[in-house]
Amino acid sequence: MMTPSVRRFIHFVLMAIVLLLGAGRVTASRAATWDIDQLMHGLAQVPSGHASFVEKKFIAMLDQPVESSGELFYTAPDRLEKRTVKPKPETMVVDGDHLLVERGTQKYHLQLEEYPELAAFIDSVRGTLSGDRKALERSYELSLEGSVQNWTLQLVPINVKMKQVVTRIRITGVHDEVQRIDITQADGDSSQMRIEKLTTP
Amino acid sequence: MKITPGRIAIAVWLTFILACGVIISRSQFTADLSAFLPRSPTPEQQLLLEQIRDGLASRLILVGIEGADAPTRAQLSKQLAQHLRQDTAFVSVNNGEPVSAGQDRAYLFNHRYLLSPAVTPAHFSVSGLHAALSDSIDLLASPAGLLVKSMLPRDPTGEMVRLLNQINGGTQPALIDGVWASRDGARALLLIQTRASGADADAQQRAILKIQAAFDHATVSHANARLEMTGPGVFSVRSRDTIKAQVSRLSVISVALIATLLLLVYRSLTALLLGFLPVISGALAGIAAVSLGFGTVHGITLGFGTALIGEAVDYSIYLFVQSEQNNGDRIDWIRRFWPTVRLGVLTSVVGFASLLFSDFPGLAQLGLYSIAGLITAAAVTRYVLPHLLPNGFHIHDVSTIGHDLSRWAQRAALLRWLAVAVLVLALAVLFQHRDMIWNHKISALSPVSQADLTLDERLRADMGAPDVRYLVVVSGATQERVLQASEQVSSVLQTLVDQGELAGFESASRYLPSLASQRAHQASLPTTGVLQANLAQAVQGLPVKSTLFAPFLADVAAAREQPLLRVADLDKTSMSMAVDALLIRQGQHWSALLPLTALPGVEINPEHIRSVLHTLALPDGHGELPYQIMTQQFAIPVSPHSLLSPRRGERDEVSLREGHTNVLFVDMKVESDRLYSGYLHEAILLSLGGVAAIIGLLLAAFRSPVRVARIIVPLAAAVITVTAGLALFGQRLTILHLIGLLLVVAVGSNYALFFDRTESDVQIAPRTLASMLFANLTTVAGFGLLAFSNVSILQAMGVTVAPGVILALIYSAIFARTAHV
Repeated sequence: MMTPSVRRFIHFVLMAIVLLLGAGRVTASRAATWDIDQLMHGLAQVPSGHASFVEKKFIAMLDQPVESSGELFYTAPDRLEKRTVKPKPETMVVDGDHLLVERGTQKYHLQLEEYPELAAFIDSVRGTLSGDRKALERSYELSLEGSVQNWTLQLVPINVKMKQVVTRIRITGVHDEVQRIDITQADGDSSQMRIEKLTTP
Repeated sequence: MKITPGRIAIAVWLTFILACGVIISRSQFTADLSAFLPRSPTPEQQLLLEQIRDGLASRLILVGIEGADAPTRAQLSKQLAQHLRQDTAFVSVNNGEPVSAGQDRAYLFNHRYLLSPAVTPAHFSVSGLHAALSDSIDLLASPAGLLVKSMLPRDPTGEMVRLLNQINGGTQPALIDGVWASRDGARALLLIQTRASGADADAQQRAILKIQAAFDHATVSHANARLEMTGPGVFSVRSRDTIKAQVSRLSVISVALIATLLLLVYRSLTALLLGFLPVISGALAGIAAVSLGFGTVHGITLGFGTALIGEAVDYSIYLFVQSEQNNGDRIDWIRRFWPTVRLGVLTSVVGFASLLFSDFPGLAQLGLYSIAGLITAAAVTRYVLPHLLPNGFHIHDVSTIGHDLSRWAQRAALLRWLAVAVLVLALAVLFQHRDMIWNHKISALSPVSQADLTLDERLRADMGAPDVRYLVVVSGATQERVLQASEQVSSVLQTLVDQGELAGFESASRYLPSLASQRAHQASLPTTGVLQANLAQAVQGLPVKSTLFAPFLADVAAAREQPLLRVADLDKTSMSMAVDALLIRQGQHWSALLPLTALPGVEINPEHIRSVLHTLALPDGHGELPYQIMTQQFAIPVSPHSLLSPRRGERDEVSLREGHTNVLFVDMKVESDRLYSGYLHEAILLSLGGVAAIIGLLLAAFRSPVRVARIIVPLAAAVITVTAGLALFGQRLTILHLIGLLLVVAVGSNYALFFDRTESDVQIAPRTLASMLFANLTTVAGFGLLAFSNVSILQAMGVTVAPGVILALIYSAIFARTAHV
């Protein structure tokens, strides 16, 4: 029996997971005049990706940041897998509406439908990777800085509940490749994830 | 007014009828499955059967909302749930909306040091704390970090996460638009728990009506949405309604049919009405006797009663048809025929008496009903009816039919070889089907329709509701003992889960540990001074300062003084429902149920689980006993109505001697089938005993084995032919078919007795033949109707008795001694 409190817990866990999610990108496509639509169009052309990541979390309670690393897999339009190797092995898979987390012997399986804020997080990364502007704009206010060589897409939550958890998400990339995801949480803690592509599909 | 024997008889009869009426008006009628569940020989199995009747599972109603579109269904689900949650008739209404999340979380977090199985002295030593802290910090790096982050200062050893992980396990339905939905998304789902037990059909019916009313109220603007309900309570109510409707319809049709038939024969309304008096008296006496003997009357008994109308009416037919047209002759009938009828009644009574010894309550009820009904009908025919007949009473002369029959009967003997051939063929069929004659599955008796079962299966699969097939049952004298044993069983089961043999299990001890283990947990918590010193050392080499954990020190200090958890502390949490269901008190006797969940595609290996449980060394008792030993050790005689109105606690002292704790692994399906199979076996033996008693009775009456054989042969032939016919049509016999066969013997014995003659030169009277034909037709009409019933148990009796009595009559005629005139 899974009690509502467990669901609430998993909800938090997964919000956290998705806060820190990212994926590697490849391929190139350029345009003369460059804007969010162009960026999205370019990103939408990428069918899949495989990358390594290193993530640092800056937490006020801790004297130094905690680091984790592993690999990321993406298959358009909506499958995302994050395999953490260090410090503890852990796998997280988002596929469509389903989310599966495995840590040690524990498995959590649930649906994004149940957790609207969580779904919004997933969409921040998945929407970016698949170049789905509509999905992004359902939950965030978008703004784009920089050039096609070095762009930064900033997402600021619209929803009040979301705002209580996260202040903003900044996704940085080159061409159609996401290279870094920075998340600033409402309580001042933050995380940085650096992403390096491993194979070209 | 002169006091004559006739007046006395009538007065006695009227008083008797009045008394029966009073008893019946106070009777309770049921239609739940209890009559089909054999009384169990062991307390554990008794407990399980009571669980089926009264336990949590029996109180669940699964609801599906179909039609309309998904958002509408979700909205309806929310409205329905909101409405029903305000009603005290429902303990809980779940539709996927988070309702008690806050209370659940508070209970777990505030009592985490009493609840967590990881709390040991070593856990709070320097090395234990160091290990737990580094784990927690690792978790911060992981996606799960956000939760741990907020709790770290209060719960650096991660007890909350451990508790949640332990509870996590079961599968939940999918969520669409915020409410539970089926996998294909076509239905919104709700899981409702009623306060009333599943066995309380009246309360279940009220609950069902409330759900329907709330749904109708919510759907005024969504006419195309439909409500579906299933669950043990729903089944119980629905089968009661079905049986009720069928019994009333069948009795009306059967009375109409028999009345028409008799009217055609008698051509006298007075005769018809008078002829029904013994029937009505018999039916009333039957119901009253069952009510007195069992406390409740089952719907099936009533259904059986309507069929018995066809037999009880026989006695008056014999009286009216066999006697001549005047009163003097009726006295002559009493002299000439009453001994034969009386012997027929006695034969039936002796046959049915064997059923009274059955441990199967439904069977015993049928036996008692038949005995009381037949004796009353015959006695009224013999002692009351002749006095009620008006002067000049006569019925239509049936001698023409009688003479025709007489000619037929004369030639019946010519068919002997044909009959023998049919019998040989029937025996061959039986031999060929010898392994498939009996149906050993208890489900064969269920009055629930296949459509309802399919719906139930579908909703259950959608809901991901566990089928409580495998259970570990821990029984003991106190709640504390049972919880302690549950903890031991849990640790064994957890190993099996870790080894990938089981998906998971449930235990009340998870939410409410035994007082002993709570005390042990408290004793493991160090004093603030010690903890502070340990913590200061433990943080060395870790990126945290020990000052961060001041809230932890405060919480541990509080936990050391915390009052121990009791059942009442669970109030308003969703776990309280689980504990209610899993921890049961019965008088002086406590039981804990630990349902197991199999991994998808991995069968649970009962032998392995039994052997693993067997290794448990319970401190004050013994481990699991093999089923047979349990049966022998705790076989306790229980009165026939104990299942229908269980007086709990009586047998507990016998079964559970002070200080003993039992652990039993049960496969519910196998167990109930095995129990039923055992009772079927018992019923077969009892029926054979009944047959032996009938033979004994006939021997005592006739003192001639040859004569007895002449009576028994046609009856045996009828039974064999019917059984072979059923086997040929693929009907596997249940306990109700057996009752049918017994009835064939009971009814058929009348025919065989009438055909029996001592002197070979006395020809059987045409009137007697006519009366037998009419009696046979009414019996066939009564039981034949049952064959068209869609309640399987009624149908079983119908298809057995109707052809059986026809065959009994034909065989009696064929095998009767040929008259040499």
